[in-house]
Amino acid sequence: MSAPSLLAAAKAQARRDLRLVWRRRGDAAQPLLFALMVVALFPLALGSDPQQLAKIAPGVLWVAVLLAGLLTLDSLYRGDLEDGSLEQMLLAPVPLAWLLAVRVAVHWATTALPLVLVAPLLAEFLFLPGELLPVLMVSLALGTPLLSLLGAVVAALTVGIRRSGMLLALLALPLFLPVLVFGAGSVMAAAQGLPWAGALLLLAAGLVLALVLAPLAAAAAIRIALT
Amino acid sequence: MKPSEPADAPLLQARGLAFSRNEEPVFGPLDFELRPGEALLVLGGNGAGKTTLLRVLAGLLDASGGEVRLQGRPVDRDHLARGSAYLGHLPGHKGELGTLENLQFAQAINGGAPADLEQALAEVGLAGYEDTPARRLSAGQNKRLGLARLRLQSAPLWLLDEPYANLDLDGIVLVNRLIQEQVARGGAVLLTTHGAYAAPPVPVRTLALGPSRRPA
Repeated sequence: MSAPSLLAAAKAQARRDLRLVWRRRGDAAQPLLFALMVVALFPLALGSDPQQLAKIAPGVLWVAVLLAGLLTLDSLYRGDLEDGSLEQMLLAPVPLAWLLAVRVAVHWATTALPLVLVAPLLAEFLFLPGELLPVLMVSLALGTPLLSLLGAVVAALTVGIRRSGMLLALLALPLFLPVLVFGAGSVMAAAQGLPWAGALLLLAAGLVLALVLAPLAAAAAIRIALT
Repeated sequence: MKPSEPADAPLLQARGLAFSRNEEPVFGPLDFELRPGEALLVLGGNGAGKTTLLRVLAGLLDASGGEVRLQGRPVDRDHLARGSAYLGHLPGHKGELGTLENLQFAQAINGGAPADLEQALAEVGLAGYEDTPARRLSAGQNKRLGLARLRLQSAPLWLLDEPYANLDLDGIVLVNRLIQEQVARGGAVLLTTHGAYAAPPVPVRTLALGPSRRPA
């Protein structure tokens, strides 16, 4: 049996996932709307004192992005499990981890990347000082793929369980915490004039590690979950 | 296959193959073999473990005992998954995508010889449905799309779980024709059915699974 090239398989997986997102584009906008809502509520609830808002802005933005990402996790494999696509992916001669890596990449690009791109607008809502914006953007650009990869492993662990939403959140949040601490922390540190590069480097190191290990762990978890 | 291997080596060989779920035996221990050019019909009532047996052979489940050999070599779950093509109860394709888009994806991740996918759709009676989202197809048409996918994979072993379910008379003839082709090119087919009402026109062995031993 001639195994297909990894590149061709990755292209096909990416094309399939992008098509699916496009066909359900209403669902795809959900995380964006969610983050927008959360961020828009803070000035309304706290009053429009720019200084007070600017102080909490990094934390609020990061929490909004993190929770928006959590919302989308449950659907990562759910559809593929229910219609048997996951079985067929498991049986394909291409390594499952490779297909999952592409799956997660598309998931990040369609759910988290739009959030990163509108982050300047969200930051404006909260009067985040302009000079902090680059640090915020870099922290989100490093942190959101890490969240997606960690989430993909947890979602794989719970894929066999029906209505796993709450369990998923409970399992994922402890893993998300360090990302939140370093992500929001880097912007906070920059706001106080402290060195902030260290936190970003730690996020980058975590991302590199997760890029290699998370797809393998997710593939192993799915093998167990399907049993 | 290496030339040194005897031509009539069994494609699939199971020795003492058993599966239990939570200490309760589902089937087995079973001994059977399947040579190239043969079909094995797994018979048994509801709950006899037919689907479980197929999922073990497809590498979707770990057997709890026994050994499986593929082309004479003992294999683990991953090898099984790569050496066989599996058509189960679930459609295995996305409802939002058109039939042709679904086949393109399956073809790309499974490899196999390049083929005319529209032709493949026409051969299973889905000509004219190329752009129809799979969720608008009937259950029988979804099965036909699964058959088109199966036909494109060049796996020597086909594992078909109730391939006749949901199909009209025409569809049953189609399944039999596909099995005949697969067997003619030296492949083997293992299929389950709960009644031998539509046995394929090829050399067939049967394997009867007993009634479920699980307490009611």
